[in-house]
This record gives sequence, structure tokens and C-alpha cells, in this order.
Amino acid sequence: MIHVIAFYLFAVLTVASGAITILARNPVHSVLWLILAFFNAAGLMVLVGAEFIAMLLVIVYVGAVAVLFLFVVMMLDIDFAELRAGFVRYFPFGALVALVLLAEIVLGIGAYRAGALHLGTPDGTAATPVGASNIEAIGALLYSRYLFLFESAGIVLLVAMIGAIVLTHRQRSDTRGQNVRKQNMRRPDEATVNVRPEVGKGVQL
Amino acid sequence: MTSFFQSLGMSYEWAWGLSTICGILLIALPLMLSVAMIIYADRKIWAAMALRRGPNVVGPFGLLQSFADGLKVFLQETIVPSAANKGIFLIAPVVTFTVALMAWAVIPFNSNGVLANINVGLLYVLAISSLGVYGTIMAGWASNSKYPFFSAMRASAQMISYEVSIGFILICVVLWSGTFNLNGIVMAQKGHVFGIINGFVANPLLFPMWVMFLISGMAETGRAPFDLTEAESELVAGYQTEYSSMAFAAYWLGEYANVLLMCALNATLFWGGWLPPLDIPFLYIVPGFVWFLLKVLFFFFVFSWVKATVPRYRYDQLMRLGWKIFLPTSLLFVVIVSGYLMATGHFA
Repeated sequence: MIHVIAFYLFAVLTVASGAITILARNPVHSVLWLILAFFNAAGLMVLVGAEFIAMLLVIVYVGAVAVLFLFVVMMLDIDFAELRAGFVRYFPFGALVALVLLAEIVLGIGAYRAGALHLGTPDGTAATPVGASNIEAIGALLYSRYLFLFESAGIVLLVAMIGAIVLTHRQRSDTRGQNVRKQNMRRPDEATVNVRPEVGKGVQL
Repeated sequence: MTSFFQSLGMSYEWAWGLSTICGILLIALPLMLSVAMIIYADRKIWAAMALRRGPNVVGPFGLLQSFADGLKVFLQETIVPSAANKGIFLIAPVVTFTVALMAWAVIPFNSNGVLANINVGLLYVLAISSLGVYGTIMAGWASNSKYPFFSAMRASAQMISYEVSIGFILICVVLWSGTFNLNGIVMAQKGHVFGIINGFVANPLLFPMWVMFLISGMAETGRAPFDLTEAESELVAGYQTEYSSMAFAAYWLGEYANVLLMCALNATLFWGGWLPPLDIPFLYIVPGFVWFLLKVLFFFFVFSWVKATVPRYRYDQLMRLGWKIFLPTSLLFVVIVSGYLMATGHFA
């Protein structure tokens, strides 16, 4: 009973906040609704017993990705009048995209009705070991059977990170950086000097 | 507690629901009370280190000062700036306050004194603390004011930076204890060093991790010396500048609840949680709850001590410490710790 209530609560909230993400006029509100959608999706994950995936969803998507979205959107100065001005011009293209998506959904439902695709024979090698927790089960698979895929995914991410740094990095000559080592090495006796100026005379530094 | 309610003739669902609500109240109400008292303690410690008296007028020794402040704030008028984004402006303090309370669900106060004894307890703490950023960003943006916005940007950049190294530090702890369950982590520390000291902190490989965790915790909660989010000299009062009355109090309480949470995490992850410091039978006569509380209060004293004695960091120093020192060091220690554990056959 409580499962059903929780499922419908999370599911309705996910779908509703997903819809409002698109419908909201203010882009910042959009991102906040998106975060609510992520959060409720994590709730759904907990319900199917994938608590590890749920926590990762919150940590990665809510805690990192959505924060970056929010940063970018807050920094943008979006002019809504200008956005709406292009509506008529881009309408045919938008309609085309919508049509393609509709066709894909119809095709997908048709294929689902026709029966499942045969991808391989289930031999039990990928099954969750009985009694193991989520994390142990994922780790056992990730570090044995899918080790190569796991490591290559890591290398792809590393390449992406280096690429982003290379693309955005620029040498600037007009700024003065801090030399922290030099600052830390500085001692009080070389930074200050005690003088006793005579009355009516200035100090020569 | 569920079985107690079931013995009163309730069905399992009702008993479970009622016991959960009781558990939440049992944690949240004393937590609020201790936050009020800890604010008083913080001010007293700070005053003592500055050779001042601190709050000493309301009640005996000024003990009721926090309640007087609370009452004052409660009776004030809530002002919403006319240019503010009203909905988000009002939701933001609620988010901060709720998130500060939520993480306490998995903190073990005793061997069985934990509201939700879940397998992914540590990940849950990380997930919830990563939500804390939103209360800050939303407040800064919704205020529609220059300084709160600057402060919110600073605060979120700071929190995200230090969360990365905290993640790596926690991986070291998890590698050694072999579980994400916080009670499991506490039990793994029983007699950890020489079979007599309870706590990862005495382990030479994990001691540097604890030092980094303590400092990262201060940065994560925005405590001095990392309180750049509310640097009065440049940012008025930080992201909560436009807030007044109860909304401001929600930030205030949430901040201190977060500090207490960091102290509790320090105690649980590195200092043996509710275990006594030494694995000697007669020390177990003292209830685990008392040991846990003593450790939390000790860490809170350390936090206050640092606040009273260390000058504020510059922002570039803060970022340098997080990204160029803590991140590589914690990554190195993940490699060292896992290598050591593999070499000694810990996982066999």
C-alpha cells in the first residue's frame, strides 16, 4: 500500500515538474523544477531497490550538474521579447522536430507491443549475487566483467576534461598573480622596519 | 520502537509510520534546542578568547540569550524586497533549514540509536549536503541584489570545491571499513589501532585525512577562517543580507545545525562515534550516547577556537587550498590507502 502511494507521489511529481521545466517562463525557475524532477526520479530509484543509483543521481545531477546549469542560467541576461520574436521563423523546424519525436514514440510503442528484442541468452553471469548490497553488486561487475568499458569511460572523461581546459585556457599578461610561496616565505623582520623620525622630518622609505 | 507500537495493537504500517515520526521528533527537537545552546556556547567561547564576558544578562550566566534572540526575531516583521523573486525568496531559507535537519537521519547516536540504518548512509550524507548549496544560491539570486548574489556565487563555488576533496577523504574511510553504513564504519573502528584505540584517527595513514576533513568541514560549512560568504567588509552580510525575521533565523539555525553535523561526522568517521576512546570493557559502562555527545562538543569547541584565533582567508587562497593542495593530496591518499590495503590482504 505504502509502496503504491510513494510510487504515484514520486511519479506524478517527476512528470509534473518535468512538464513545468519546459513550460516555465523564467529559465531559473526551469532549472529549479528540473532539480525537483531529478530528486523525485531518485525517489523512484529508491523504490525499485537501487539506492546506490539514487544517491549517485542526487550527488552527481542535483549536486553538481544542476548547480552548473543554474550558474550559467543566472549569469545569462535573457531577453524574452527577443526570444519570442524568432518564434515564427523557427516554427517549421520546431514542428519538424516534434513530428520526428512523435513518430519515434509511435514506433517505439509498436515495437514494444510486437515483443522484446533478442539480445543474448541469459546465462546468469550478470545477475545480482544473492544477499549482496547494491554497491557490492555493481562493484563486482564493474571491476571484473566491465573493467575495460569502465576504464575507457574514465579515459574519455579525462580527454573531455583536458579538452575543455585547453579550449578555455588563455595566457593573460595583464594580470598580476599571487606568488604564494614567496608570500609564505616572507618574515616579519623583512617586511617591517622600525624608524624613529626626528620631529618635523619625514621618513625616507 | 515499531514493535512497541505493534504491541499496542496497531498494524505494521501504522506502527512504522508512528515510530518514524516519533524518531524524527526525538532527533529534531533536541537538535533545535542544542543549536540554541551551541550558539550561546559559541559566543561564550569566542568572548572568553577575546577576554570579554559574552552574553551574561538574560538568565543565569546569560544561558537564555539564544531564546531571547529567537523571540526577538520571531516578533519582527518579515520584509520581502519588492524587486525580489518572491516564491524562491521565501522557499530558500526553508530549503537550507530542511536540508540541515535531513542529514541527521543517518547519524548513529548509539549502537541502535539511528533513525534510518541504511546501507548507503555516507552517500546519503553527501547527497544531502550537496543539496545545501541550493538554499544559498536561491537566496542570492532571488534577493535581486548585488551583494547577496556575489556572496551566493562565492558560497556555492566554495562548497562545490571542498565537496570534491571531502568525497576522496571519505573514500579512504570507506575503503578501510568496507561499508557505507555509518554504524558499520563506527564498528570497524573498534580496537582499530593496536587492538585498543577506537578510531581511525590514530591510524598514521588516516590521520592526515582527518586533518584535511576537519579543515574541509570548516570550508564546507562556511565557518571562520573560510567565512568569505559573509565577509562583512566587502559583502555587507552575505547571501542573507535581504532577509529579516524568521527567514533570517532559519539561515542562522541551519548554519549551526550544519556545523554540528560536521562535528558529528568528524566524531563518527574518525573518532569512533559512540564508542569510547579506548577499547576497555569498563569504559562501555558509560552509554554510547554520552561518548558521542562529548566528541561532538569537543569538535564544536575546536570550531569555535579556530573561529576566535585564525584570520579570514583570501578568496584566491581558499580556492588554491581546495583545488591545488587538498584535491591532489586526498587523491594521492586514496591510492596509498588502497595500495596498502591490497598489499596487506585487507580485502581477502
